[in-house]
Amino acid sequence: MLKIKASSLLQTDNLVASILKIAACLAAIIVILILGFLIRETADVPARIGLTSFFFDKTWNPTESQFNLIPMLAGSLLSTLGAIILAIPTGVVCAVFLHLYAGQSLKFILRRTLEILGGIPSVVYGFWGLVVLVPLINSWYPPGAGLLAAVAVLTIMILPTASLMIDAAFQAIPKSAVKGVRALGLGRWEILTLCLIPQARLGILTATLLSVGRAIGETMAVLMVCGNIVQFPSSIFDPIRTLTANIALELGYAEGNHRSALYVSGILLLFIVAILIVVISVFERHHHRAKHH
Amino acid sequence: MLNTIKNRDRMLGLLSWSASLAVFLILGILLFDMISDGFRTMSVEFFLSGPEKAGRAGGIAPILVSTMLVVGIAVAVSIPIGLATALLLSEFTRTNSQFAFIVRKSLDILAGVPSIVFGLFGNAFFCVYLKLGFSILSGGLTLACMVLPILIRTTEESFRAVPNEFRHGIAALGFTKTGSVFHLLMPMALPGLVVGTILGIGRATAETAALIFTSGYVDRMPESIFDSGRTLSVHIYDLAMNIPGGDRMAYATSLCLILILLSLSIITNFIAKSVFQRGIFIS
Repeated sequence: MLKIKASSLLQTDNLVASILKIAACLAAIIVILILGFLIRETADVPARIGLTSFFFDKTWNPTESQFNLIPMLAGSLLSTLGAIILAIPTGVVCAVFLHLYAGQSLKFILRRTLEILGGIPSVVYGFWGLVVLVPLINSWYPPGAGLLAAVAVLTIMILPTASLMIDAAFQAIPKSAVKGVRALGLGRWEILTLCLIPQARLGILTATLLSVGRAIGETMAVLMVCGNIVQFPSSIFDPIRTLTANIALELGYAEGNHRSALYVSGILLLFIVAILIVVISVFERHHHRAKHH
Repeated sequence: MLNTIKNRDRMLGLLSWSASLAVFLILGILLFDMISDGFRTMSVEFFLSGPEKAGRAGGIAPILVSTMLVVGIAVAVSIPIGLATALLLSEFTRTNSQFAFIVRKSLDILAGVPSIVFGLFGNAFFCVYLKLGFSILSGGLTLACMVLPILIRTTEESFRAVPNEFRHGIAALGFTKTGSVFHLLMPMALPGLVVGTILGIGRATAETAALIFTSGYVDRMPESIFDSGRTLSVHIYDLAMNIPGGDRMAYATSLCLILILLSLSIITNFIAKSVFQRGIFIS
């Protein structure tokens, strides 16, 4: 009697486990579904447009079958590079402030401020950039909307999350390590360069790579301030267009080859992000192995 | 030597004070701008009437309704799948299992997929392939895919926070795994589940790029979930970029969106804090 009951209970467990497994498969399959449908929309691109068009055509002008994506890729990469150069060092410095300078209450307030900034939607940053930053840059050096405005808005958007991630990496460092440097009579600069940065380098690297992914993938904020002219910028004030902005601007009316070309740029974005994530996980595994040996 | 140490220390101090001050200033200026320009426009009428003159006048009632419907669908679809996946990952698989590894990695990638790519996918899959068209349903389903990773991560963490002794204890009482899920894990992880859900709601409410080409632009009151509907964030984008003279309404809508997200974050913090203070050892 008891035996029968036990086995039927185990059957329930197995049943539940398989139901959960189906749900997990569903969650895991979304990525494949995304890739699949992006490829499906572009399946006949090699035959109709040819893959070299995306790199060697004269310009991006879909109505005249010109599909060069390179100027927009350059726009994405340049704005991302600028934002990373500004945001990551500032993020490190903010995290230093949290760990070596701020008192308890200031620490709490700064962390909350960063959290709130990190939660503000990108469309609001874009709108704010459009009505405040662009006129400001315009009064200094017209036209205002361009690479510099895109870099500024992206920096403000990336900084909060990057600071919080670096802050978390600093928190994971044993207090004794900091105390050791202090005991040698050295100052906070030495604590930062001899202890915090070397110990938290994996965390800082991960924060950087995740920020790169966010900046490259950011659409709304950049779209609203970058000027949206397809060109290689010759100065930081020149208007640019990024890959993401291009999709958002043109998908609404794109048909045929034009639509396929936009999906190709989507695959390109997905590819860049996937590489970043693989690199992060390789670094992390390497780090864990180094720790255990 | 001592002098260089002191000077460097002072320089770092100056840098870190100014960086933190800049962070405070950015939030201060942003909020000040939104409140000073948006608050005047906000009135009871603003929340109860529809947009007029392409959004230059009137209110945001249909847009609020569309937003709630899109976010509601996203949450309703993603919670069951997210909860089940999190349970599987934390309770029903070994940590070194191949299957769990693949699920985790694909969720990591999903979390990094840019929102505009979700828009491309949603347009191709839900709108065109499943023939749902530009509709609130398409938008909600696209967002459901998008919030899954964050939902699963927070849920899994809250299951993992339940101490192993409790699992051993309930197993010793003769409960099955399924029984322990309903009688131990779910009740104990409930605050974490709520926090995860609110984080997901916040992310869905803030989203724009994934929705422009899935739930669309139409600013009328939606009659069903198969109608196109414009969310708050899409409304801000449209007013700022396409409607000359739409700035005043864009400010008010931005303020409204920020207030919604701020209150969600306050609720999350409150729950997290009260659980932290009470500790996980309830009885």
